[in-house]
Amino acid sequence: MTAEVIQERLKPIVKPYVNNQENFNNLSLKSNFIQDLEINSANLVDIVLDVEDEFDIRIENNDMEKMTNVEATVEVIQNLLAKK
Amino acid sequence: MDKKRVVITGMGVVAPNATGLSHFEKAIKQGKSGIQFHQELHDLKFSCQIGGVPKIPQELLDKNFTALEQRGLLATGLIYGGIAGQEAWRDAKLGVNEELDTDSGIIFGTGVLGVEKLREAFNRIDDKQVRRLGSTSVLQTMASGISAFLGGKLGCGNQVTSNSSACSTGTEALLMGFERIQYGKAKRMLVGSCSDAGPYVWGGFDALRILPHQFNDTPELASQPMSATAAGFVPSSGAGALVLESLESALERGANIYAEVLGGHVNSGGQRENGSMTAPNSTAVQSCITQALLDAGVNSEEIDLINGHLTATAMDSTEIKNWSQALNLSGKDFPYINSLKSHVGHALAAAGSIELVSSVLELKRGFIFPNINCERIHPEILKLVDEDKIPRQLLEMKVNVLAKASFGFGDVNTCVILKSYDNE
Repeated sequence: MTAEVIQERLKPIVKPYVNNQENFNNLSLKSNFIQDLEINSANLVDIVLDVEDEFDIRIENNDMEKMTNVEATVEVIQNLLAKK
Repeated sequence: MDKKRVVITGMGVVAPNATGLSHFEKAIKQGKSGIQFHQELHDLKFSCQIGGVPKIPQELLDKNFTALEQRGLLATGLIYGGIAGQEAWRDAKLGVNEELDTDSGIIFGTGVLGVEKLREAFNRIDDKQVRRLGSTSVLQTMASGISAFLGGKLGCGNQVTSNSSACSTGTEALLMGFERIQYGKAKRMLVGSCSDAGPYVWGGFDALRILPHQFNDTPELASQPMSATAAGFVPSSGAGALVLESLESALERGANIYAEVLGGHVNSGGQRENGSMTAPNSTAVQSCITQALLDAGVNSEEIDLINGHLTATAMDSTEIKNWSQALNLSGKDFPYINSLKSHVGHALAAAGSIELVSSVLELKRGFIFPNINCERIHPEILKLVDEDKIPRQLLEMKVNVLAKASFGFGDVNTCVILKSYDNE
């Protein structure tokens, strides 16, 4: 799966947790979940669970810790999909 | 130090017979029952298959919970309390500031919160799926989840906590908030309580065999406080909320004043004498009432109406005896007395606050709601109280001073004295 496709599928997952709509509208690979999108840190675990369901993968703690922005998240998903 | 006068400037309610203040006022005037048969209780082989569960339209949920907050939301007590608390705040015309409001606090109690959510969590944990609990498991199942939720919604920066004293929780919350304002530690306190609905809350009471099992086909007739045929309390749920405010703060912002809180008292019977985990020590109940009158500076003859605890068990006549002895009044001199539990059942931790909302409406609008399901009053009660003092029809009349008491498991008691406010 290409990074672009993953990013497109990631957007609706992240959307309900976003508190800064403007930065979400200008989403880029560098968008940070907490700093830019102002997502409550507790909700990061919900995003991880939603990502697991969407891509049918299992994300362990060490991968979860990397998922702070769009780029790193796409990379984690891509690696896990490749291992399937 | 001069104690501050404290008034009620906003209310909200989620009850089995009506949700929202105006519907609730209409329902209690009509004596509308909120008790229904529940198939789920039948399927689970409960002996009592009836109960009170508020109806929450999606529109009301959307008004009080964001789409995100509604995800995985199973804690019914949090839903009821979240709605009632925010309704009370809006009713008091208090806005939601972006800045921290250090003058406003919350004391919003419960017995146990989010049992449905707990059940989901237990199942996931036992399935070795703890990692899939999600982020809201803690908020929905901690006892203070309700005050924490409301505190965040409203931006309250004063004390934000949840009290818990079984069926006296709601009345105790009012007294705690009242004292905080009296002593100048807060200007406004949102007080109230909530209780979850359903088999996981009610099961323990069904096991104690203290719920009526004879009315599964006639649920509306089941809750019979003060009746000769009272067969046990009907389990129920919901939430009530009141905004307490110092009189100066209320006058300063031109707020609508419903009533004044004159005083009250809280104590415990220590499970001594005739008291136990489940039965009240009468000495302590009477002392709670007399101390409340003393604190309020009111003579017993001044009380127009009692909103009793009166759950529809054999203890109802004991309660009446305690009121009669504490007030030293009987027969035609005994105040009017009613029990909202005849309409909505026993909402456990939420009972006190829902009943307080009904009491304040009576003071503000000038009426006494009817006791339903009480065609034949218990003979022990008739020995102490004249029949006319237990109205079975709506009475439209001025109520000046009202006493409200709640008693709970653990032999705990609360009594508060409220007065109508006439711009004096």
